[in-house]
Amino acid sequence: MNINLTLIGQMIAFVCFVVFCMKYVWPPLLAAMQEREKKIADGLAAADRANHDLELAKEKAVERLSEAKSEAAGIIDSANKRANQIVEEAKQTAVVEADRVKASAQAEIEQETNRAREQLRAQVATLSLAGAEKVLGKSIDRNAHAELVDQLASEL
Amino acid sequence: MAGENQTVSEYIVHHLTNHTFGKLPAGYERYDGSIVGEGGAWVMAHGGEEAAAMGFNAIHVDSMAWSIGLGILFCWLFRRMAVKATSGVPSGMLNAVEMIVGFVDNTVRDTFHGRNKLIAPLALTIFVWVFLMNLMDLIPVDLVPWLLTFVGVGYQKIVPSTDPNITMGMAVGVFILMLYYSIKVKGFGFVKELTLNPFNHWAFIPINLFMEVVGLLAKPFSLGLRLFGNMYAGEMIFILIAALFSAGLAWAVPAGLLQIGWAIFHILVITLQAFIFMVLTIVYLSMAHEDH
Repeated sequence: MNINLTLIGQMIAFVCFVVFCMKYVWPPLLAAMQEREKKIADGLAAADRANHDLELAKEKAVERLSEAKSEAAGIIDSANKRANQIVEEAKQTAVVEADRVKASAQAEIEQETNRAREQLRAQVATLSLAGAEKVLGKSIDRNAHAELVDQLASEL
Repeated sequence: MAGENQTVSEYIVHHLTNHTFGKLPAGYERYDGSIVGEGGAWVMAHGGEEAAAMGFNAIHVDSMAWSIGLGILFCWLFRRMAVKATSGVPSGMLNAVEMIVGFVDNTVRDTFHGRNKLIAPLALTIFVWVFLMNLMDLIPVDLVPWLLTFVGVGYQKIVPSTDPNITMGMAVGVFILMLYYSIKVKGFGFVKELTLNPFNHWAFIPINLFMEVVGLLAKPFSLGLRLFGNMYAGEMIFILIAALFSAGLAWAVPAGLLQIGWAIFHILVITLQAFIFMVLTIVYLSMAHEDH
């Protein structure tokens, strides 16, 4: 166990290896490792961002979907209302038209009736005069009894 | 290889002897009876005694070769991965390398709060290099020395971190960095820290100085000797278990089980020791950067 020149030799070798390591081994290895670390960190950050974006997009999509749904419901609602309204309107016009037609028909009927009644009245006057002439055997002065006949006719 | 003509203690000593190249002093009688001439001689040591006689002028060829070889392996592997690394998808070996780099980077960030471009690469080098050196412990103790006997190498310790020269060499390197940054960051404050702590009075300067210097010197020693002690003890147990195999067939099964158990446990130890060396280096250098 004697100490000898080996000690000096080992010291020199030690210095050489440390210098070599410091110059040619450590810097490139550490630089590569740090660069990779940074790359990985960036990649992870990007993935996180993408995930976040995806979440946002999903939220947005859901929002849009519900919006569209409510819009569609609104449109259907108003369409239904409009349809009901149109049907209602059509009904009303129909009723009004029917009333109008009925009224005009009634008026016509009344008119006809009146006219027939007038005709009948006129004929009743003539007939009653002719009857009276037949009964009395002579002609009746139309003018003298016209008032009486008219009164009779109006009483019919 | 507790051979037929080798006792267990010889076997152990053999395994704990480094392959040493050094300068034998003049007048030393070598193993073959020859006398070293005037001015000494640089030779391969033949056995522990000759290695001890060489004193400081020696170099552990095996420790140096394995340590530098493993250091080069580390540099080559990590450099290749550094070239390959892009910000794209990593794969295979690059994943493992990046895991280690990320782990070291985190540890440094947690412990060291200053700005210093040296600390993190230093910590990475220490962690991987020490781990690789410790990992040699898991190679069967006899395999490599036995193979090397065929090419004429008599002694071989393949775990560099069981050599105090190796661990202390790194610890002293860290210590020099500690002193350098202490003076660079604190300037005169470093002297103040050594002399006026913990008793802030001029009369206590000698006591303070003594305590602080001891505390300062304890750091590299604790750093280097902890690693050495752990790995040396672990290696010793591997050698003892290997020696059990020579005690006869009846011992082979329990020795095998012990070997496996200790190796599995040692996987934890070698990683932990490498980690501790790294963390303590970071902590000591962090302390050198911080004012009290």
